[in-house]
Amino acid sequence: MSTAWHDPGTSDPTGTPSYPLESVTVLKTTPFHSRTAPLVQGQAWRRWAGYSVASSYELVHDREYAAIRNAAALLDVSPLHKYLITGRDAERMLDRMVTRNLTKCRVGQVMYTPWCDVHGKVIDDGTISRLSPNLYRLTSAEPNLRWLSMNGAGMDVSVEEVSEQLGALALQGPLSRTILEQVSPADLRGLKYFRLTETTIRDIPVTISRTGYTGDLGYEIWVPAEHAPSLWDALMDAGKPYGITPAGIWALDMARIEAGLVMLDVDYHSAHHALIEAQKSSPLELGLDWTVSWEKGPYNGRQALRAERARHPEWRFVGLSVDWVSFEALYAEVGLPPQIPSVAWRVSTPVYRDGKQIGYASSGSWSPLLKQYLALAHIRAPHAAPGTEVRLEVTVEHQRRHARARVTALPFFDPERKKA
Amino acid sequence: MKHYDAIVIGGGHNGLVTAAYLARAGKKVLVLERRPLVGGAAVTEEVFPGFKFSVFSYVVSLLRPEIIRDLELPRHGLQILPLESTVVPLDNGDYLGSWADPDLTRRELARHSAKDAEAASLFGRLMHHMAMAVKPILGMIPPDPTSLAPSDLKGMLKFGGHFRSLGAEKFHALHKLMTMSSADYLDEWFEFDPLKATKSASGIIGTFLGPRSPGTAYVLLHHYMGEIDGAFRAWGFQKGGTGAISETIARSAKALGAEIRTGAAVERVIVKAGRAAGVVLSSGEEISATVVVSGLDPRRTFTELVDPKEMPDDVIEAIRRFKFRGSSGKVNLALSELPDFTCLPGYGPHLRGAVSISPSLDYLERAYDDAKYGQFSRNPYMDIVIPSMIDPGMAPPGKHVMSCFVQYAPYNQRGGWTDANREAFGDAVVDTLARYAPNIRQAIIGRQVLVPSDIERITGLTEGNIFAGELALHQLFFFRPVPGWAQYRTPIRGYWQCGAGTHPGGGIMGASGRLAALEILKGVGQ
Repeated sequence: MSTAWHDPGTSDPTGTPSYPLESVTVLKTTPFHSRTAPLVQGQAWRRWAGYSVASSYELVHDREYAAIRNAAALLDVSPLHKYLITGRDAERMLDRMVTRNLTKCRVGQVMYTPWCDVHGKVIDDGTISRLSPNLYRLTSAEPNLRWLSMNGAGMDVSVEEVSEQLGALALQGPLSRTILEQVSPADLRGLKYFRLTETTIRDIPVTISRTGYTGDLGYEIWVPAEHAPSLWDALMDAGKPYGITPAGIWALDMARIEAGLVMLDVDYHSAHHALIEAQKSSPLELGLDWTVSWEKGPYNGRQALRAERARHPEWRFVGLSVDWVSFEALYAEVGLPPQIPSVAWRVSTPVYRDGKQIGYASSGSWSPLLKQYLALAHIRAPHAAPGTEVRLEVTVEHQRRHARARVTALPFFDPERKKA
Repeated sequence: MKHYDAIVIGGGHNGLVTAAYLARAGKKVLVLERRPLVGGAAVTEEVFPGFKFSVFSYVVSLLRPEIIRDLELPRHGLQILPLESTVVPLDNGDYLGSWADPDLTRRELARHSAKDAEAASLFGRLMHHMAMAVKPILGMIPPDPTSLAPSDLKGMLKFGGHFRSLGAEKFHALHKLMTMSSADYLDEWFEFDPLKATKSASGIIGTFLGPRSPGTAYVLLHHYMGEIDGAFRAWGFQKGGTGAISETIARSAKALGAEIRTGAAVERVIVKAGRAAGVVLSSGEEISATVVVSGLDPRRTFTELVDPKEMPDDVIEAIRRFKFRGSSGKVNLALSELPDFTCLPGYGPHLRGAVSISPSLDYLERAYDDAKYGQFSRNPYMDIVIPSMIDPGMAPPGKHVMSCFVQYAPYNQRGGWTDANREAFGDAVVDTLARYAPNIRQAIIGRQVLVPSDIERITGLTEGNIFAGELALHQLFFFRPVPGWAQYRTPIRGYWQCGAGTHPGGGIMGASGRLAALEILKGVGQ
């Protein structure tokens, strides 16, 4: 198997394209693969957007999770789709496409936003970085080249996919800033939440944005693919005295649940892929009300969202905190101590109130930090007020049982350092 | 004079738990701590500039989940980090490891004994059952077996019924655990001596007993009780050291309305007509309270904080018989570089877990032999951790702190704990370390040696016993601290006990403090 093909960082861009069979029958690897692969102890890989990324590096991922909340975790997030949007109408086009008011996004700023179809149902969500007045970078979970191009029809704008040219690392955790300060001349203390800076890390040209998917102090570092391995080495070297720990998707999943952040294909389905209406969600049903602008001009889904707001959304996206005493009692009945999967789960799980199903949890995890069993759930609006007592279905020794749980406002965990 | 519903003497973690629970019930509570910082034996101090140590108690063990919940400790700073592995360097240059992953651990043990690797899972299952049987006792007020009071009869019925429900096989196993030595008990299961030595070491920590002393087997259960609480990670490093646990509980107590005064040493408890009425500080200040709770050890609680005349003779006598016998020391090292173990050279995951110096049962028993005759072990048992590996804030970048729990160091060291003896003890520890990690001498840039007399002087724990009284079978449950006074009361009305000298005691568990508070709340006004 040609490793060169799987590692864009070492491939020869001037060579004649060739597509040997193994290159089309195995998953793609990220520009950091030469560094991450030797660290994966249990061959625990997860698919992400057609790539293989580490589920966990160590056989037990507790330390990887702990690093996110205690020191600094280094995550390969390169599989994100990345697009450059340029042109005089770049702002107009993006503002037309997404629900947030993008005209307020200044150069050096990053905005998180979903984008909807005409019915106000979410297609995807991601970040938009304004790199210069007429240059934006959009990240997304799924391919959006066609959707972006359609939204730019008739405008002076061009869209280029740069997914493979750009590697991305997330450095997340309370010591992430300290580590970056060892290797970068950037004013990281001055870099506010959801802002970015073009800088270097040990002479490697990078963009550092103060963003992430953990709800903690953290940064994402965007690097030309050919420099990816040396960026990884630089960060691992500088981070060693500060407890830097490569972390996989399992650790990230626990952290993002604590942070109450939605995940496409887990907590909701893209309006472009849903087979039935009930599988679609609006931003208002995903707890993303804050990303919907009611003032700005026309954009995809505006009318539908206005109408939905007027009649009040049917569903709400909330946190559930499982009552431990009731959970423990269900296990005690069969003579077992409580058991929780060590990996966050992603199986739709019914939620009840007064014997009637009022919603479903879409993902859940034990929180080692909060010492609580947490879930993210879609609940019918009348039952979604924080504090509402509900029941979550749990399977105890093959039996379906109900544990008490309480509706909780999201995020579960929101440390000051995230924005400080 | 200011009046409180309750004064808690001693800001150790149990005292703070008691205060928090009383405050949570709406009581006006004051905690008085002699030292400038709270925590008792769970304190973090910057012993050398930039190097922070969990000076005495160094890991969290069995901190009760109900306390974590009730006092909302995660919100106040609880953050327990993984302590996943144990490596035992062996005398032949090899090692015995136990890792977070069960497959790795099984393979590692099979390298030394294929039979033991198989036996380990069966042993683990039995211990799981034993721990499930014993664990509820941690949350139980000890009933008085000689009392006919309804609550005691009910308690004994519950206690007895609990054991009857085990069935014959488990009951027999439990009886063996309660009576045998850990060495003998482990002999029934395993053949690889270093494995038996390392497992049995947990049975001797904090006691003046050796692995071949009867009654040490039951402590094997503690480890498995921790596994039942698995999700709560009852064993591990608190971020910022064990002092941060104390501060977390203190923050919770304050948020619930408790007042905490440090640098306030209590001279004595004021007793008026057989009833506690308040305390006098060493400054002469008097503070009155309806209830006074002592978090200090039983000797101080029963015979020093109050005039022994206030106590019945038989209680004074029983307290005199209560065994402290501190047997362990602590050596805290500031390191310029990590230890380089001959058996596992270089940087590796073994440095993130515990390193146990327990190469054989004979080694441990000989260490005890020294102590029996009044001499610290020349080749001591050690439980070593390097918290800076997972909590970088404990040491300057690239440097490390190493905590060595050392046994045995008898309180009654022959010739007394002179400076010379203390340094000789410290040298014995470093010599032992250097046999397994020769670079340790050049790596040490600071060395703090604490022997039982130091532990007694700094924390107030009598004879330097880390559990406020030996955790031996004859001093547990309704015997802790003395028969008849195991329900957190004392013979003086309104004067209560909440420290580790009461059931279940020991470790950063908080159970004594919580049970005491619950009893006090039931009994206020009596």
